[in-house]
Amino acid sequence: MATRSIVPFGPQHPVLPEPIHLDLVIEDEKVVEAIPSIGFVHRGLESLVSKREFTEYAYIAERICGICSFMHGASYCDAVERIMGVELPDRAKYLRTIWAELSRIHSHLLWLGLLADAFGFESLFMHSWRIREKILDMLEESTGGRCIFSVNTIGGVLKDIDDDMMKGFLTELDKVESDVRAMTATFLSDATVINRLRGVGVLTKEQAHEFGATGPFMRASGIERDMRQLGYYAYKDLDIEPIVSNEGDSYARCEVRIKEIFQSIDLIRQAAEKVPAGEIAVPIKGNPDGEAFVRVEQPRGEAFYYVKADGTKFIDRFRVRTPTFANIPAMLEVLKGCDYADVPIMVLTIDPCISCTER
Amino acid sequence: MGIMNFTGIVLKNLFSKPATRLYPFEPQQYKERTRGHVENNIDECIFCGMCQRKCPTGAITVNRENKTWQIERMNCVQCACCVKNCPKKCLSMGKEYTTPDTVKVVDTLQKILTPEEIAAEEAAKKAQQEKIAAAMAAKKAAEEAAKENA
Amino acid sequence: MTDGEIKVITPDSLLNETMKLHEEGWRLVQICARALKDGEGNEITYSFGDELILGNLRLTVKPDEPLNSISHIYPTAYFYENEMHDLFGIDVQMMTVDFGGHFYKIGAETPFKK
Repeated sequence: MATRSIVPFGPQHPVLPEPIHLDLVIEDEKVVEAIPSIGFVHRGLESLVSKREFTEYAYIAERICGICSFMHGASYCDAVERIMGVELPDRAKYLRTIWAELSRIHSHLLWLGLLADAFGFESLFMHSWRIREKILDMLEESTGGRCIFSVNTIGGVLKDIDDDMMKGFLTELDKVESDVRAMTATFLSDATVINRLRGVGVLTKEQAHEFGATGPFMRASGIERDMRQLGYYAYKDLDIEPIVSNEGDSYARCEVRIKEIFQSIDLIRQAAEKVPAGEIAVPIKGNPDGEAFVRVEQPRGEAFYYVKADGTKFIDRFRVRTPTFANIPAMLEVLKGCDYADVPIMVLTIDPCISCTER
Repeated sequence: MGIMNFTGIVLKNLFSKPATRLYPFEPQQYKERTRGHVENNIDECIFCGMCQRKCPTGAITVNRENKTWQIERMNCVQCACCVKNCPKKCLSMGKEYTTPDTVKVVDTLQKILTPEEIAAEEAAKKAQQEKIAAAMAAKKAAEEAAKENA
Repeated sequence: MTDGEIKVITPDSLLNETMKLHEEGWRLVQICARALKDGEGNEITYSFGDELILGNLRLTVKPDEPLNSISHIYPTAYFYENEMHDLFGIDVQMMTVDFGGHFYKIGAETPFKK
């Protein structure tokens, strides 16, 4: 029997921007088992909900994560609105959809850049982030913030996108689309990329179900499920077809995310066409009393929110189950039997966001 | 599987302008809605303390007595919650971000009152004191009357 | 279960109910604990998903009452159970992977406990 050794991986690691620690049990350069350990950046944001008024907490909910920030804030507001029985104006629903999809594009482009960086393709990484910058400019122009927008409030949104701005966004999105298309050729058919991703870290359909994977990680294994099909915000009026791949390897995850960028661009175009005129927020009165479950599709997968209010200004319990939290057990399964050199790629292909996992 | 896929991007990159700015020489062009830092038009401020109560991070301290409005710049998260809730609309968002520093910057704004305002305030204070004195006297009288009755 | 249903169960029947759902092909979405006031214990909600449908099991455990782990049925449950143990001080027994209170590296012990 070969000797086994334990190699610590993270929380500070050159390719990994996220503070996750793995103890890798190695046998002849092959990983036998991985033991995770998280909890380096627990900030207790769930607990803070009982110390801040429920209207102010919308701003704090948004700061759970720096990349999927918009959906955290919007989902918190959505949960409170469901408890209070507030019906959002249609325009607010469409604006939330547009911002959510823009965040998805910028999150996926960020991930593509990090992936390119992980397999050593520096210039591809730079180009991914160059394109992402255009999306960030659009977000800054419409909301005032690049990553954290602070536009959600209970009962609607605070900023509006007028027709001129929307027209500008659509022309800018055309450019983004052609840029991403030019980059896609490299990501999906370049020999260096394929050699590094094809067949690496296969997650079968059965494993994906058993270990509760979500998001693009799961869809790359052939499970057709996208929480946007639930029809929250304005998604019920838009055409959504979950993007699925059957390979289950790292290449498939990359492919799914690239296709989702085009899907998001398409959704924004559909939404821009259908967005109705009218109010962007409705006033609320009273305090929430009751409980609500909200599930949304974040860039990284299904996120789950639970809000329990007891009729006071302060909410009793706010729970966030982020997609990474659900994806880590499946990732550990994928790591078993892989090469030690492929560990960074594998950890990266689930698109980990540890700061939002620990709240 | 293909090779030379990246050549197109490389050639385009070679013959186009840089995507970045020449940073220190070319200043940042902020968007109209950019939330950089909180500004207070102190002359209109009434020191109601609404911003202090609403601030999610507790960065603002309002002192009604000394007429000062204080903000801890490094604690502020630029959410514009105070701007939204200000009853006098004297708070606004400026575009520039707070510059990095090695100490936690605290900005204090002091309202300087004109002589008329000081006089008005003193008169108001005096009136209030008189009111309190009158109330106290009335209470005392009532108590004495109650004692006599008993 | 129908969408959004909350089925109230007792801690004793947890394993039976979970086993039933597992056989029907539900996946575990999350486990959420909520501290009740005045030391009445904790309310725990187990959420399960079947495609887009969400079903919930809910039970109340008294303080210091042990709770059975469902990580033998759903292998991913140990993550949530270790979290409950660290933040709420719920004594979860027979977890497949027990971090022994070191899942979160936090200064305070059981900060969410009331």
